[in-house]
Amino acid sequence: MPMEEQPHFRVPLSLLLFLSLFLLPTSFSSTHDLQILNAERRIDLTSHIIKVYLTLKVENLGTSPASEVHLAFSPAEAEHLAIVKAAATSGKRKKKTYIPLDVKSAELPDGPNGTKFFTVTLLTSLNKGETATLEVLYILTHSLEPFPVEITQSESQLVYFRDSAILLSPYHVKEQTTFIKTPSTRVESFTVVDPAKRAGTELKYGPYEDQPPYSYSPVLVHFENNNPFAVVEELEREIEISHWGNVQVTERYRLVHAGARHKGAFSRVEYQTRPDATGVSSFKHLLAKLPPKVHSVYYRDEIGNVSTSNLRTDYRKSELEFQPRYPLFGGWKSTFVIGYGLPLQDFLFESPDGRRYLNFTFGCPLTQTVVDKLILKVVLPEGSKDPTAVIPFQVDQHLEIKYSYLDVIGRTVVVLEKSNVVPEHNVPFQVYYTFNPIFMLAEPLMLSIAIFLFFVASVSYLHADLSIRK
Amino acid sequence: MNQRGKISSQTPQLQLHSPAPYHSLVFSISKSHSQTRPLRFSQPPLTLSGSQTLPAAVALPRLSPSPRLASTLGFTLNPRVASPPAPFSWPSMAASDAPNGDVLIRNAFGSVLAFLILLLIGVLAFSIRLFSVIKYESVIHEFDPYFNYRVTQFLTKNGIYDFWNWFDDRTWYPLGRVIGGTVYPGLTLTAGTLYWFLHSLNIPLSVETVCVFTAPIFSAFASWATFLLTKEVKGVGAGLTAAALLAMVPSYISRSVAGSYDNEAVAIFALIFTFYLYIKTLNTGSLFYATLNSLSYFYMVCSWGGYTFIINLIPMHVLLCIVTGRYSSRLYIAYAPLVVLGTLLAALVPVVGFNAVMTSEHFASFLVFIIIHVVALVYYIKGILSPKMFKVALALVVSIGLAVCCAMVAVIIALVASSPTKGWSGRSLSLLDPTYASKYIPIIASVSEHQPPTWPSYFMDINVLAFLIPAGIIACFSPLSDASLFAVLYIVLSVYFSGVMVRLMLVLAPAACILSGIALSQAFDVFTRSIKFQLPSLSDHSHIDARDASSENIVPDDTIKTDKSEDTPKERMTKRSKKKEKEPVEKPPTKFQIKKRLSVLPFEASIIAVILLVLLVAFYVVHCVWAAAEAYSAPSIVLTSHSNDGLHVFDDFREAYAWLSHNTDVDDKVASWWDYGYQTTAMANRTVIVDNNTWNNTHIATVGTAMSSPEKAAWEIFHSLDVKYVLVVFGGLVGYPSDDINKFLWMVRIGGGVFPHIKEPDYLRDGQYRIDSMATPTMLNCLMYKLSYYRFVETDGKAFDRVRRTEIGKKYFKLTHFEEVFTTHHWMVRIYKLKPPKNRIRGKNKKSKSKTSSTTTSKRKGTRRNPF
Repeated sequence: MPMEEQPHFRVPLSLLLFLSLFLLPTSFSSTHDLQILNAERRIDLTSHIIKVYLTLKVENLGTSPASEVHLAFSPAEAEHLAIVKAAATSGKRKKKTYIPLDVKSAELPDGPNGTKFFTVTLLTSLNKGETATLEVLYILTHSLEPFPVEITQSESQLVYFRDSAILLSPYHVKEQTTFIKTPSTRVESFTVVDPAKRAGTELKYGPYEDQPPYSYSPVLVHFENNNPFAVVEELEREIEISHWGNVQVTERYRLVHAGARHKGAFSRVEYQTRPDATGVSSFKHLLAKLPPKVHSVYYRDEIGNVSTSNLRTDYRKSELEFQPRYPLFGGWKSTFVIGYGLPLQDFLFESPDGRRYLNFTFGCPLTQTVVDKLILKVVLPEGSKDPTAVIPFQVDQHLEIKYSYLDVIGRTVVVLEKSNVVPEHNVPFQVYYTFNPIFMLAEPLMLSIAIFLFFVASVSYLHADLSIRK
Repeated sequence: MNQRGKISSQTPQLQLHSPAPYHSLVFSISKSHSQTRPLRFSQPPLTLSGSQTLPAAVALPRLSPSPRLASTLGFTLNPRVASPPAPFSWPSMAASDAPNGDVLIRNAFGSVLAFLILLLIGVLAFSIRLFSVIKYESVIHEFDPYFNYRVTQFLTKNGIYDFWNWFDDRTWYPLGRVIGGTVYPGLTLTAGTLYWFLHSLNIPLSVETVCVFTAPIFSAFASWATFLLTKEVKGVGAGLTAAALLAMVPSYISRSVAGSYDNEAVAIFALIFTFYLYIKTLNTGSLFYATLNSLSYFYMVCSWGGYTFIINLIPMHVLLCIVTGRYSSRLYIAYAPLVVLGTLLAALVPVVGFNAVMTSEHFASFLVFIIIHVVALVYYIKGILSPKMFKVALALVVSIGLAVCCAMVAVIIALVASSPTKGWSGRSLSLLDPTYASKYIPIIASVSEHQPPTWPSYFMDINVLAFLIPAGIIACFSPLSDASLFAVLYIVLSVYFSGVMVRLMLVLAPAACILSGIALSQAFDVFTRSIKFQLPSLSDHSHIDARDASSENIVPDDTIKTDKSEDTPKERMTKRSKKKEKEPVEKPPTKFQIKKRLSVLPFEASIIAVILLVLLVAFYVVHCVWAAAEAYSAPSIVLTSHSNDGLHVFDDFREAYAWLSHNTDVDDKVASWWDYGYQTTAMANRTVIVDNNTWNNTHIATVGTAMSSPEKAAWEIFHSLDVKYVLVVFGGLVGYPSDDINKFLWMVRIGGGVFPHIKEPDYLRDGQYRIDSMATPTMLNCLMYKLSYYRFVETDGKAFDRVRRTEIGKKYFKLTHFEEVFTTHHWMVRIYKLKPPKNRIRGKNKKSKSKTSSTTTSKRKGTRRNPF
């Protein structure tokens, strides 16, 4: 995750930053003392969101205890990195437990060619000779390059995936294997770095032994991927809190098919009569997972309702299945708005210190989509004060003022912005604020006073004698 | 209000008679009222500093009493009936010193009731138009509203000054269109003002929402305006009835459902309101109302080209009044300021400009303006001279005046005759001569709403009102006043206009409602009066009841509020009442009572008649609701069909427009038949060649020619216009009848009108338009046929066209110059892209040129003739 530290970011992270600065010198010393005994990488290429599961077995060879492990990413990867998660595992097989670890970006002086680093902070520092097992998940977006760049309606979509057969690591790696899973058995070509073999939908690179730090061996896999490359270029979610009992969510999407561009004619007759053979990389359905008890759902765009949608609700979740106005082929775009209301009591709580907080899910409700830029606006009721947002990862944030129904002083809007959002970012976040319930009565009072004054004015006008001539 | 004094003077007497019979009280009021008629206008109910000088002058020339006219017309009038509608008064709190509190409470109750009824009528008018939102969605309808919506968007985004200067380069490519100077801005400015007002209160409604609900809001206003107008003509009861009828008249609903954001939506309100203010001025002689009238006329001019109806109808009415000896100063006050101020104001509207004085549509008003001045002069001279002198003067003035008039008329006629269309616009001419458009201007004739209506459409659009109108006309004549004369003239003219163009049914609707309202309320009056008179329980007080009944229809006149006369000083009231007492008010109306008794109908007949009337009205209501719900609420960009497995939605138009807007370059030009121009610019935001504002016939003919040419020639025309995409509407797969193939003959006709190498007979086999195997080769090879039916055969193997109910003539063909880039789900919109020009090989080029020269040269000539 490309992380730049934002100066205005709040307490927990700045504390961590301070901590990491404090810890950095010790980590430098321990860089070369660590060794990776075994690295196993599983790259999942079945959709356009690439998930890489990395299992590292780390051993401390040095004398001083090491508390941090560095992960290295090539600049190309770092650019498309959406999220990095790490967990320490303990126990064997069935009793395996995962304890999430802190991950943050780091700078190492000796990284070659702009290599980006992330630091995983271990729970307990490793003493000499000890080993630890780390599970790392990182997600890459926009890393499948369509080739050919343009396809016709009847062709299927082929993409390139570039990576290294050997794990890029600041440590010496004793043994490693990489598995690449492709969506279908159709693989046009792949770079052979012995030993490498292909079986069904799986490519196996390795095992390779005793690779020195920063080894790199580029590979190129050219394979078929007809999964929908649904990318939301920009998503603006507006969450408006009304203390009268409703949370109104409005989501404005700008969707694009980011796969191989469509070339030439679009023939509806072929698309309709031979759905299996034509337009295989296009998509026409999307699925949004909404919170339970959702009500008044609408789905429209700037020229009116889009009539093709389906809402399924049960007590645990709601699913909105909908179609854009037209099937999306490579490069085609569409915009739409989804809006819904939610009961307030499910999302708004009172914290022990008397403040209120909204507990909502970050990210994009669409499944299997990448959001290039997510703007999340939490519109607090008029009269709210001291908003603070608590989010488990780093986002840009600032405040705005919005004027809505009969507002006088305007509503405070907490704006959270994040680029490159994947479904793994759908985690709860909180916005704390203080609110005096008397403000709820402001607008009804205003209205009643206005109407009262109107009647008073009418009555006085009817009784007043304004004529000049008596 | 001039009765208020009467109330206090009469009430003690009444208390002696009976336990406060409300109606008898009112009866005496009406009686007094009828007697004081000549003075009625001398007391403008509204105090206005400017108009204070008028009354004395007004009272004088009441020389031609209406009974004389009426008797010449063969009517016998009893004194009561001769009374014009009551002037309006608040039975107000100001009169609380009157001893009879009960009556006052009843009066107050009556006005509150009427107010509530009006409020409910407004709610009804608004809510009956929401069927489209409930059944479909909150969306702009049809074609023209999309343009208005786009203009409103521009206005709210860029402000009023940019709006006046807006040159739109996204339409009529490459000519463009000066929107600010060619659009009637009333509707747009209204919605824009509404939008600004809402946003100044921080109510974040979108422009679209405001636009969608503008029409229903103004329908409510229109029904209130109808109430005011009808009240001026025939009293409150008729006013309420007419307002209720107008609130749901299908003809008006068809143009003002939520989403139908068109000029007519506000224009009908402006029309009725202008008429109301005219009649109000006529009844009061107040310059205040005359000024309001010209402002209202200005609003009408801003809103709709139909303002020429006002500026012709009012002069005709004035002329009729003069001819029938109804000239009065009130008439002068009502008319002269309207012409002067109204014309000045109308000339301010850019789209009208000097047309307000230059075109023949306005000449009638100027002519009548001259005439009314001559007449006024005559009356004035008559006033100051002795009768003998007057006769001399009359001869002199009339002869000079006539000479001047004749000279002016001659000049005007000469001017008019010098212009080829006699100074009339095409649409107006086709009103005067219904065959004109079909003979000379196919572009006007091709529009379905410019066709003459059929009989069923009368029944559909005004329903039972069609049968009530004659009764209303009779009711208008029974006490013929200036106002009711106006109503009669209005209905007669609008019936004629609606007979010429189905679109002008809209102008007929308010007139029909007013007259039907009058008819219904008068009929109810008669019947309920008869019933009441004969009710056994009331028979004891038969004498009083007779008076009750006979005066009943006047009751609402007094109960209803109008002007805020509460603030008028009591001193004036008493003065006025004193004045009234001088009048021979107290004449016992015995003769009149007898007459009333005679007009009482048998009890059973009345009951049955009332029931029948209620049934008739109920039928009307049912029909209106049905029409609003089923016939007129479809937005026409979304189609639905009911099948066994539920509702099926055809949203193809928006699918295509959304595709165009997201997947083509922002500067690409899209060619289609002009019907879809507004929608393409508004929804897809792409430049179009022609649109629904059919101002340039040649340009439309060029597109028509391209559509009716073979592929290569069409490609050349489109390429010369820089067109990148061609959009056709095709209903053959799902059976959508108003598609381009069905409109195609108009394209041929309009194209052929400018480019003679397109000949209509080439597309017809033995005079029949067909697309099956019997079709002519020209038809089967023209672009429209090819673009519509390209690969159509692959859908079902037979290429069966469900609109034309036949298999198409040519099933398998390839496109050489066009490429299908998008077809919507139900094939209703098909978009083709022009293939890029091919590289030419020298030898081949020469050969092909010589081969096609015979066909293309003529074509070339054609294209060269148009200005680009």
